[in-house]
Amino acid sequence: MSTTETTTDTVALKLDDLHVAYDVRGIPRPVLRGVSFEIHPGEAYGLVGESGCGKSTTAYAAVRYLPENGHVTDGSITIAGQDMLKLSAPDLRALRSSRISMVYQDPSQSLNPTIKVGAQVVEAFTVLGFSKAEAKVKAKEALHRVRIADAQQVLDRYPYQLSGGMQQRVVIAMALACDPQLLILDEPTTGLDATVEAEVLDLVSTLRQETGAAVLLIAHNLGVVRRICDRVGVMYAGKIVEEGPAAEVFDNPQHPYTVGLLRCLPRRGANKVERRLDTIPGSLPLIGTVLPACVFQDRCVLATEECRTVAPPATQSEAGRTVYCHHADKVSTLVAAPLQAPVTGDGVGEIVLHLENVSKTFKQGHHEVRALVDVDLDLRAGETLGLVGESGSGKTTLAKAILGIHATDAGSVIELDSQTLAGLTTARTRDARRAIQIIFQNPDSALNRSKTVRAILERALQKLAGIRGQEAGMRLASLTDEVRLSPRHLDMRPRALSGGLKQRVAIAGAFAGGPRIVVCDEPTSALDVSVQAAILNLLADMQREEQASYIVISHDLGVVRYLSDRIAVLYLGRLMELGPAAEVFAGPHHPYTEALLSAVPSVDGDPPDRIRLTGELPSAINLPSGCVFHTRCPRAIKGTCEALEPPLVEVSNGHMMRCHIPIDELRTLQHID
Amino acid sequence: MLIFLIRRIGLAIVTLFLLTIIVFALSNVLPGNVGRQIMGPFAPQKSVDELNQRLGTDQPLYTQYIKRMEGYAHLDLGKSYKSREPVTHVIGSTFLNSTKLAFLALLITVPLGILGGVIAALRRGSLIDRSIVVFSLAGSSLPEFVTASFLVVIFGLQLAWFPVIASTGDVISPAEQLYRLVLPILALVLVYFGYIARMARAGVITAMEAEYTRTAFLKGLPRGVVIRRHVLRNALLPTIAVVATQTGYLFGGLLAVELIFNYNGLGRELVRAALNKDLPVLSAGVLLIGVVYMVATLLGDILISILNPRVRLGDQ
Repeated sequence: MSTTETTTDTVALKLDDLHVAYDVRGIPRPVLRGVSFEIHPGEAYGLVGESGCGKSTTAYAAVRYLPENGHVTDGSITIAGQDMLKLSAPDLRALRSSRISMVYQDPSQSLNPTIKVGAQVVEAFTVLGFSKAEAKVKAKEALHRVRIADAQQVLDRYPYQLSGGMQQRVVIAMALACDPQLLILDEPTTGLDATVEAEVLDLVSTLRQETGAAVLLIAHNLGVVRRICDRVGVMYAGKIVEEGPAAEVFDNPQHPYTVGLLRCLPRRGANKVERRLDTIPGSLPLIGTVLPACVFQDRCVLATEECRTVAPPATQSEAGRTVYCHHADKVSTLVAAPLQAPVTGDGVGEIVLHLENVSKTFKQGHHEVRALVDVDLDLRAGETLGLVGESGSGKTTLAKAILGIHATDAGSVIELDSQTLAGLTTARTRDARRAIQIIFQNPDSALNRSKTVRAILERALQKLAGIRGQEAGMRLASLTDEVRLSPRHLDMRPRALSGGLKQRVAIAGAFAGGPRIVVCDEPTSALDVSVQAAILNLLADMQREEQASYIVISHDLGVVRYLSDRIAVLYLGRLMELGPAAEVFAGPHHPYTEALLSAVPSVDGDPPDRIRLTGELPSAINLPSGCVFHTRCPRAIKGTCEALEPPLVEVSNGHMMRCHIPIDELRTLQHID
Repeated sequence: MLIFLIRRIGLAIVTLFLLTIIVFALSNVLPGNVGRQIMGPFAPQKSVDELNQRLGTDQPLYTQYIKRMEGYAHLDLGKSYKSREPVTHVIGSTFLNSTKLAFLALLITVPLGILGGVIAALRRGSLIDRSIVVFSLAGSSLPEFVTASFLVVIFGLQLAWFPVIASTGDVISPAEQLYRLVLPILALVLVYFGYIARMARAGVITAMEAEYTRTAFLKGLPRGVVIRRHVLRNALLPTIAVVATQTGYLFGGLLAVELIFNYNGLGRELVRAALNKDLPVLSAGVLLIGVVYMVATLLGDILISILNPRVRLGDQ
C-alpha cells in the first residue's frame, strides 16, 4: 500500500473545494462554492449556518444523494479513502450499507409508516449479509444499544405508535447497524422536546465514545452543536467562512458573520427590557445570485472594496482556527446593540385577563384526559406571560381555552377586563373576540395565499377594527409602518414574501383591531436566527407602543426569556411554577423547571452537573399518584411525593411553586446563593 | 382488524339502507301517478285506477316501501311494469353482460395502468414518461363515446378486424363472445388506463421523494428492493381508492359504449326503464349498482387497511 493511501485512510470524510449546483429551469445555480473540510475518525464536526447556506446539500453531496437536479460541478469527496464521485452504483451501495449512516430531522417521516419497526431495523442487518434469523437477534441488540428497554415490544409496533424520541432512537439504531465510520446527523433533534432532545444528544455522545465513529452534525441550533461537537464550521452562502474548535468559535468568533449570528441569539438571560437584539442587515442571497468575492460582503459592516474583488484568504489565527475574512482583526470593533434604559413604572398595568379554576377535560374513547387542571392566572396590561413545558403539558390547550377555541369545563372562569368570557369564540361578543388575537408559528397557513397583503390587512381592519374606506387606508399605512413593511410589499402576495416578512404581515393583522391580548404560538420557530431577532424586536416594540399583553409559547427558552415578564411552567396540565421571569430562570426553581432549563443545550456551554430527566411523559389517561411529576423527578422525596399532591404555594413575592421540598432546601440542592 | 371490518361492513349496510330509501323516494316523488304515466293521457280513469290497484301503486308510500323491502329480502325484485316479467329476469342477463365487460376491462386496465404509472414515475422526465402522460391524459379527457366511435370507424369499419356489434343475443361460444367484446373493452381501457396510470404515477413520485425512501436508499438497499418494499406499498394506496370508486361506474354507467356497440348491458337497460317509467326495474337496477359500488369500495378499503396499519389499527 502506498503512503498516500494510508494518510487519506485516516480521514473519515474529506471534502476538497466542493462545488455543487442545482439546475433551475435548465440553468445551473451554484449552491456550494468551494467547501473544504476534514473529519477525523472519532471526531465530531458541526456545520452551522442559516437555512439555505448549503449545510444539508453538503451532507447529501457527501453520500451522493443529491436531488435529481443537483450535481457536483467541481472538487472531490473522499470517505474512508474512497473517492465518492468515482464509485460505481454497487460500490456506493456497499459503502452506504457498511460505512456511512445518516440520521435526519423528523423521525416520523424517516421511518416507513406502513412497515413494522422490526422489519425496518432487520433490513439494516440483512443488507450486511446476515440471515433473517441473525438479523432479528441483531435488531433486538441494536435497540438495547440505543437504551430501549423493551426492545421486542418496540419492534412489534408501527412507527406512528411510538413517541418522537423513541422513533429517533430507532432511526439511530438502524444507523448504527453497520458500525459506521461516518455518522451524519442532519438536524437530529429539531422538532423534539427539549428533554427528549437532551436524551438523544446524550445518547449520541455516549454512542460516539462506544463506536468511535466520526460524526458530521448539521444543526441550526448552535447550542446543540456546542454540546456534541469538537470542531465547527460556519457556513454562509455555500462557503465555510470560519472553522475551529467549537468552544472557541462560539466564545470568540472571528468572522463578522459568526459574530452577527451569535449576537442575534437571545442568550445569557437577555430580556426585552434591557436591550434590543442585534440583527444582521440585509437578507440571505437568493439561490443563483452572483456573489462578490467575499460571499458575506453585501451584509458586512466591515466590508471594503477589497472584499468585493479579492476572495478572502484562509487565515490561521491560532491552532486549528481558520477564518476567511480580510478584516478578521477588526471584528472586535463591531458594535453590539446598545443597552436601553429599562422601562419602569408604566410597564405593567391593571389586570386584563383573569383565569380561575380553568380546567379542560377531553374525552378519548372511554377515558377522560385532563389536559388542564385548575389553572389560576392573572395577566396585566402590557405584560408578557411565557408558557413553558414539554409537548403534552397543556400550553396549547391553555392558549386555546383563552382564545375560545376549546370550551372549558364547568366551573372554569375566564375574565377579560373583569367581564366573564363565554367559553367558545362563537359565543363571545365582537369586542371580546377582537381583544384576543393570535400569531402562529407558520404564517403561511395563517395568510390567505390568493390575496395581496393589502387585501389581507384591509380585511383584518374591517373585521377587527370595523373601519373601511379612507380611514382604513390611513390605518393601514400606519400599521404597515409599525411592523416595518414597506409600501411596495402591500401589493405582493404572501408567496412572494420571505418567512420574516410574512410573519410581519401576520403581526400587523393581529394588531389591526388594537388587541388587549396577543397569543404568540412559537412566533419565530420557523425563522432563521437573524430574522428571529428582528421579529422579537418588533414584538417588543409593538407591545411597548400598543400596551398589549402577550402570552408566549415557545420551546426555545431563550425566546421565552427574552419576551417574558412572567413565566408559567406547566406539567400534565398543572401549573408547577409561576413567577417573575428573572426569578424563575435564576432559581431556586421547581425541580421540573430545573430539569427543563438544564436540558436545553446552550451555545455558551453547559454546566457540568446537568439534571437528566428519565422516562417519558406519563400518559394523561393514567396519571401518577401524588405529585404528577414524582415519576421523573430527580429530587422526589420517597414516601411523600407519590402519596400527596403538593399545593401551589407562594414561595416569595409573586413566585408560586407546587413542590413538597421547601424553597430553602431547593436553594441548597440547586447551589444557588 | 376485526373491529375495523365489522365497523366498515356495518357502515356499508347502513349506506345501502339509505340508498333504498333515496331510490324509492326519487322513483315515487318524481313521476306522480304511475298508472296514468304508463297508460297515457287518453286512457279512461277507471282503467288507470285498476292498473294502480294491480301494481299496488295506490297504497300509501310507506306500505309500498315495506312491501318492496320484503320482496328484496326474499330476492324478489318485483315485476316489470312494462313487460310483466320478473325484474330478476330483465336485469339478470344484462347485469351478467355488464359484469363480463367490466370485469374484463378491469382485468386489463388495472395492472396495465399501475405498470404504466410506475414505469413513468421511475423514469420521470424521460420519453417513455412523457408518452405515457400524454397518452393517458388524451385517453381520459376524451369522452367514451368519442373513443368508441373512433374504434368502430378504424378497427371495425376501415380495417374490419373486429365486429362492431357486441350483442350477445344469440347463443355463442365464449371465444366468439370475447372476440366481439374486444372493441368495447378497448374503449374502456383507453379511458381508464389514464385515470389509473396518472394516479399510480403521482403516488410513486410522492413515495420516491419521501424521507423513508431516502432512509431505505441510504441503508444501502438495492433500488429494486427499495421500490418493491418501501415505495409501492405506500404509493398505490390512492390508486386502490380510485379503482374502487370507478368500479361502480364501470358496471352501470356505460350507456354510450353499450349503445355504440349494441351491447345489452345494465346501463342501456336502465335508461330504457327510466324512459318507460318502469320503476321496479329502475329501482332494482340502481340498487344493484349501489351494491356493486359498495362491495367494490369495501374491498378497496379492506385492501388499503391491510397495506396501511394506521387505517386498520386506528390512532390509538
